Amino acid sequence: MAVLLSPEIPVGRPARFGCDEDATTPAGAATRRPIVGSVHSWDLSTGVDGPGTRFVTFLSGCPLTCLYCHNPDTWRMRNGKRTSADDVVAEAAKYTTFIRAAGGGATVSGGEPLLQPVFTGELLHRYKHDLGLHTALDTSGFLGTRATDALLRDVDLVLLDIKSWDGETYQKVTGRPLQPTLDFAHRLADLGKEVHVRFVLVPGLTDDPANIDGVASFAASLGNVSRVDVLPFHKLGESKWQALDMNFTLHDTPSPAPAALTAAREIFTSHGLNAV
Amino acid sequence: MTATPAEATKNGAAWDGFKGGLWRDAIDVRDFVQQNYTPYEGDADFLAGPTERTTAVWNKLLSMFPQEIEQGIYDVDVKTPSRIDAFKPGYIDGTPADHNDLIVGLQTDGALKRAIMPNGGWRMVEGALNAYGYEADPEIRDVYTHLRKTHNEGVFDAYTPEIRACRSSGIITGLPDAYGRGRIIGDYRRVALYGVDRLIAAKEADKARLGEAWATETVIRDREEISEQIKALGELKAMALSYGYDISGPATTGREAVQWLYFAYLAAVKEQNGAAMSIGRIDNFLDIYLQRDIEAGLITEEQAQEFIDDFVIKLRIVRFLRTPEYNELYSGDPTWVTWSMAGIGEDGRPLVSRTTFRALQTLYNLGPAPEPNLTVFWDSELPLGFKDFASKVAIDTSAIQFESDALMRPKYGDDTAIACCVSAMAVGKQMQFFGARVNVAKALLYAINGGRDEKSGKLVVEGFTPIEGEYLDHGTVAAQYDAMLDWLAKTYVHALNVIHYMHDKYAYERIEMALHDQQILRTMACGIAGLSVAADSLSAIKHAKVKVVRDETGLAVDYEIEGDYPAYGNNDDRADEIATKIVHDFMEKVRKHPTYRDAVHTQSVLTITSNVVYGKKTGNTPDGRRAGTPFAPGANPMNGRDQHGYIASALSVAKLPYDDAEDGISLTNTITPDALGRTPRERIDNLSGVLDGFMASNGFHMNVNVLDKATLEDAMQHPENYPQLTIRVSGYAVNFVRLTREQQLDVINRTFHGGL
Repeated sequence: MAVLLSPEIPVGRPARFGCDEDATTPAGAATRRPIVGSVHSWDLSTGVDGPGTRFVTFLSGCPLTCLYCHNPDTWRMRNGKRTSADDVVAEAAKYTTFIRAAGGGATVSGGEPLLQPVFTGELLHRYKHDLGLHTALDTSGFLGTRATDALLRDVDLVLLDIKSWDGETYQKVTGRPLQPTLDFAHRLADLGKEVHVRFVLVPGLTDDPANIDGVASFAASLGNVSRVDVLPFHKLGESKWQALDMNFTLHDTPSPAPAALTAAREIFTSHGLNAV
Repeated sequence: MTATPAEATKNGAAWDGFKGGLWRDAIDVRDFVQQNYTPYEGDADFLAGPTERTTAVWNKLLSMFPQEIEQGIYDVDVKTPSRIDAFKPGYIDGTPADHNDLIVGLQTDGALKRAIMPNGGWRMVEGALNAYGYEADPEIRDVYTHLRKTHNEGVFDAYTPEIRACRSSGIITGLPDAYGRGRIIGDYRRVALYGVDRLIAAKEADKARLGEAWATETVIRDREEISEQIKALGELKAMALSYGYDISGPATTGREAVQWLYFAYLAAVKEQNGAAMSIGRIDNFLDIYLQRDIEAGLITEEQAQEFIDDFVIKLRIVRFLRTPEYNELYSGDPTWVTWSMAGIGEDGRPLVSRTTFRALQTLYNLGPAPEPNLTVFWDSELPLGFKDFASKVAIDTSAIQFESDALMRPKYGDDTAIACCVSAMAVGKQMQFFGARVNVAKALLYAINGGRDEKSGKLVVEGFTPIEGEYLDHGTVAAQYDAMLDWLAKTYVHALNVIHYMHDKYAYERIEMALHDQQILRTMACGIAGLSVAADSLSAIKHAKVKVVRDETGLAVDYEIEGDYPAYGNNDDRADEIATKIVHDFMEKVRKHPTYRDAVHTQSVLTITSNVVYGKKTGNTPDGRRAGTPFAPGANPMNGRDQHGYIASALSVAKLPYDDAEDGISLTNTITPDALGRTPRERIDNLSGVLDGFMASNGFHMNVNVLDKATLEDAMQHPENYPQLTIRVSGYAVNFVRLTREQQLDVINRTFHGGL
């Protein structure tokens, strides 16, 4: 496939100096420079980006190039809009009354939010401490090493995409190796951080029962995975690939049959996991 | 209205075991309910399914619906102008001697057979008959064109040329000047609790009291009206007697309570072809009787449910004869048998009983249907079991709507019901003069064109000059718009005063008003349509540059927008404040004009399905909307302009001030199941959460559809497979396959909020 990304992953250059810890003190607030990130969009969603109704920030830029990605327009950081954390948090603040009554929180998603760890950390910190919201980080884990312990302290829940157990398949799907994700998962387990694992079932690609079983037994071994979302592959994002003049190689791949989804969930359930 | 000791004794058996005293001495149903209902805080597990009899009766009707849909109407009696007691008894399936109906009574002598109700206007009757291939009866025509004046004729005798011009240009549309105004809720419970004789006695006492007052025009009118009410109560008794029931005294059992109440409602829909014929707040009232019978071992849960199911079947087949033009405005043959339920009482107890659950259960026992228009007064403090069930029903059927109890209760108290879609009123103590709506988007075009209609080029409003210049200046447009809305408000209230004067005179709601107190609060329910188009247009003029395209006569016919503008529906104050200001300003302007019978001015932001017709009658607008494109329904943002999901969109709507729109603010959401969560349990919790969040943000009303777009597209292709597919439109529900093709496309094209 025509991968349009440069192999050099663009790294978010933090526009801020100084340490995280004083960011919310009046002195820190008075002197700090605005923290800016590349943002694709924001949205309110219910039941799909973590529990309840959530303010979801989609950041731009992703080191992976998943074949089934339904948001390829978030791959490049430079295509996002440079936005200050102040502006994003001010937008989120409009929804705190609603979210507190409805149940839910705020999710930082992407793209890959850990491509911009300082910006992501700032958003999570302020969602949690300024707005008092439950926070979730939606990540592939590939850049897990960039998440500082301080950042993870501001995360209530990690939505961790484990796209495949088989290393070759993972490489084929994402263009990247699997190991960093597994390392990150272990770190989250050591920290006792709640995790929801996400697994996209793609016929002919990720649906080998052995592959599913690998993800399942790994997830079950961690002890901090409270839920597994088995998500059916769909092609609703195909038009975005076309608009970007990129080749969508899964054009002929069908969505999984309901029975296949049920079977996949049963594999997770058989390992004692709560799979939906 | 005091009962004599003798009456109290006579009622002893009927009222056996009931508590409290106030309601015994005066007509006070609320007090009776409060003293006697049993709040239910459990879940839905106790509910019973349909009996074989229920299913058989419903199936009989299901077999008749295809013919009705194909022909437009199933049947009509052209010779009998409807009155309360004009028709012989009718049954869905069978004869008086041998039938399957448990709760009896039909509008005419046959199910789905419509009646003519010419008091509203003869043209409506004849137009409708002709449209469906029937001939009017010459003698009846003669009566209503020569001998007996109608509401419609009266209105047009008193309209000004200016009002007529507004009507034909479509800046004011849907006025109840040719049909029954509706939106009056009789307190039908009174018949069951007190029996008709007691109600007549109370009315006689009112009349006697008025006999002592000096004969002003008001007093004379009141005396005449009370006399009509008393006659109507007599006809109600006679009608019930023809079905074999003596309802002069109170109902003594659960089944009788349902039957008595239904007779009262039936009398109303025999007499009035009202735009909305809502039934009020009845479940906790009926529950008191059903509960007493269950506790006494007289009936089972299955029987209690069967009474409610059979009653609901009757409410589902209320039919009126209406013209195709009317159907274009209010699509899907709606009758708005709005049934209000739940909310929290003034003493903090939930207004939820087992019969509240039973009413919702009818959507499973009989399958989804648009009527009765089941309306849940939502509050975050409602019992969890009820919240779960209501959300489940909404997800499964898309047939119920939610309104904010916290916004209504302080204004109307806890015995409040919705008439039509979003109009709240205290039952039996308040009525409204329904005023349809004005087109505030078209008014903006009139402001730009100095009162000329953008479609016809005709001058409709005198005294304005067109706005000049290549680009629209916001200050200039806003000032002229303000003046144009002044003119519109004045013309509008003028028209409504004429309409309601004539309606009282020629098409008075005798039986509905017989089931009201003598002293009532009247509201003049104005309304606006095209709010999102007007707000976005002003936002475009303010925040982007809007270039005017004029034709050879200088008429502005199109607009080119340079740059972006913030649109209403994104929880963005820059646009939302414009919408809020329009609502506030128009309400203030309406309030300046005195009303007929000193009615209190109110306003709604509601279109029903007339958003399609309003769009058709409005040219290109400065927001970029093309001529003829439907408006968004109600207070909804325009299709596709809400970029951040349905919650951001809903919060824009929630900013509209209820104090300036006490007749209701309607929001319709269509959500795909996936966008509510991944499991049925999650979807229920999340929908309850969304409703809690919306109401916590001062949102007033939410119609919830949980549907896939593909389902609707398939239903358009294969309507025969979807006889009961129900969707919420603006404040009511419709049977999707009964919508016009245009309406169906509008619903499908409307923003679907799905997850991606």
